[in-house]
Amino acid sequence: MQQFLNITLGGLSQGAIYAAFALALVLIWRATRIINFAQGAMAMFTTYLALAVIESGQSYWAGFAVALAGGLVLGAIVERVIMRRVEGGPELNAVIVTLGLFVGLQALAAIIFGAAFQSFPAPFGLRGFTFGELTVAFTPFSVFIVGSVLVVMLALVALFRFTDLGLRMRASAFSQEVSRLLGVRVGRMLTIGWALAAVVGSLAGLLIAGGNLVHPAYMDAVIVYGFVAAVLGGLDSPAGAVAGGLIIGLALSYVSGYLGSELVTLAALAILVAVLLIRPKGLFSRVAERRV
Amino acid sequence: METMTDGERDRELDIRGLTTRYGPVTALDGVSVLARPGEVTAVLGANGAGKTTLLRTVSGLVRGSDGAVLLGGRNLAGAPAETIARAGVAHVPEGRGVITELTVEENLRLGELLGSARRGKDGREERVASVYDMFPPLAQRRRQVANSLSGGERQMLVIGRALLSEPEVLLLDEPSLGLAPRVVARIFGLIRDLVDRKRITVLLVEQNARSALSIADKGFVLNLGRVVASDDADALAADAELRHAYLGF
Repeated sequence: MQQFLNITLGGLSQGAIYAAFALALVLIWRATRIINFAQGAMAMFTTYLALAVIESGQSYWAGFAVALAGGLVLGAIVERVIMRRVEGGPELNAVIVTLGLFVGLQALAAIIFGAAFQSFPAPFGLRGFTFGELTVAFTPFSVFIVGSVLVVMLALVALFRFTDLGLRMRASAFSQEVSRLLGVRVGRMLTIGWALAAVVGSLAGLLIAGGNLVHPAYMDAVIVYGFVAAVLGGLDSPAGAVAGGLIIGLALSYVSGYLGSELVTLAALAILVAVLLIRPKGLFSRVAERRV
Repeated sequence: METMTDGERDRELDIRGLTTRYGPVTALDGVSVLARPGEVTAVLGANGAGKTTLLRTVSGLVRGSDGAVLLGGRNLAGAPAETIARAGVAHVPEGRGVITELTVEENLRLGELLGSARRGKDGREERVASVYDMFPPLAQRRRQVANSLSGGERQMLVIGRALLSEPEVLLLDEPSLGLAPRVVARIFGLIRDLVDRKRITVLLVEQNARSALSIADKGFVLNLGRVVASDDADALAADAELRHAYLGF
């Protein structure tokens, strides 16, 4: 029972991170029909920025803020300078460009920050809460993980639901042509969308890194799990991405806890294949099945 | 010729020698159309005559290769679509102008945001309310996604949304397409009424020449990308030879 509880709690906090990462993928997919394979590398890069700030003697929170701001700027630059040239063209071109960006950023990080493993601090304790005799695998940092992902989700919901900017961004995502006819500066909306997605991705990168080791490829596994989560959620649905992230986090945690951690990657692949075979539109896609 | 007020002069759409090419195909070949405020100007012609291309070039969705689009004397040719929209040209595209994933209310709010950017936010609520008054079915469905609307309701939605943007010029592409004759009559009546009341400029593209000419003041007939006839609407409707050759009624 205690093992089950611990595995579940661990899966939830891990799942919250996958949810954030999947959310970043979905934000860009919705707006541009591009899967941003460079999302993980961008997050890795901004996490290194945070590490550089922290190692220069600043607080964790200064590094945290620099990473998120760095994500905002990096996302905007990537869209405006690089992706703008391939948007609207063949989808494969855009995919190849994001893959190139992924490889390029990883190499650049290795050159600037070194390829060695470095430890990344956590702002809160990493010892599980204790209840009497029982110590659970849920730490103050886990609370921070779940809380910050929740705050970001609610902020995004509020942005898209209740603000003029959010309405313009949604309109641009659904129909660029009609949006332009209504005076919406679609290019600007895409830049903002990539910037926001990169901020959410950076948050996922920071949360993965906290209390762990970082190296230029440390986000690689998260890209895979985040992608599976996004597909599970239907790629088009932010709520689906969050639910998909939590499900993947839990499922992989159970696989790791009960079957062995070496099977985790295989399990992610099995889930991806199963979703594509059984429900290719994802669990939460709004496309209703045809009723006869 | 009647005299125009200053406000009306800002609404005159003067298209001069507009040429648009799709690769090797010349879709518009030196088209000149004058659309005046307080009037409905119909652009008629068969499928492929260049009517839709004309509107898409005027609104900036397609880039013309030559010619001028003067709105109140200011040349908009070559400007991006969002800039042209902000200058007061509201293009209601054929058939697919509704953003089906958004609610009725959100679709209208997009028009209102443009209108507020152009005219200020004063009276924005009244303007939205007046659209719901004009089109009661929209009021009943304001919180539904536009995907659930019928064809006639969608047409009401895009026209209402265009009006909320406070346009100087309204470009309407086949507003009668796929609608029942009664609905067409109602929407055409509404357009005529709007033009008379608000003195805006309407450029109406239609395959349904007979009903278009019934509400139009002037008409231009396009064939293979060129203007082959232009006259008062009554005169065009009375010209039997022209009707047989190009208009099909």
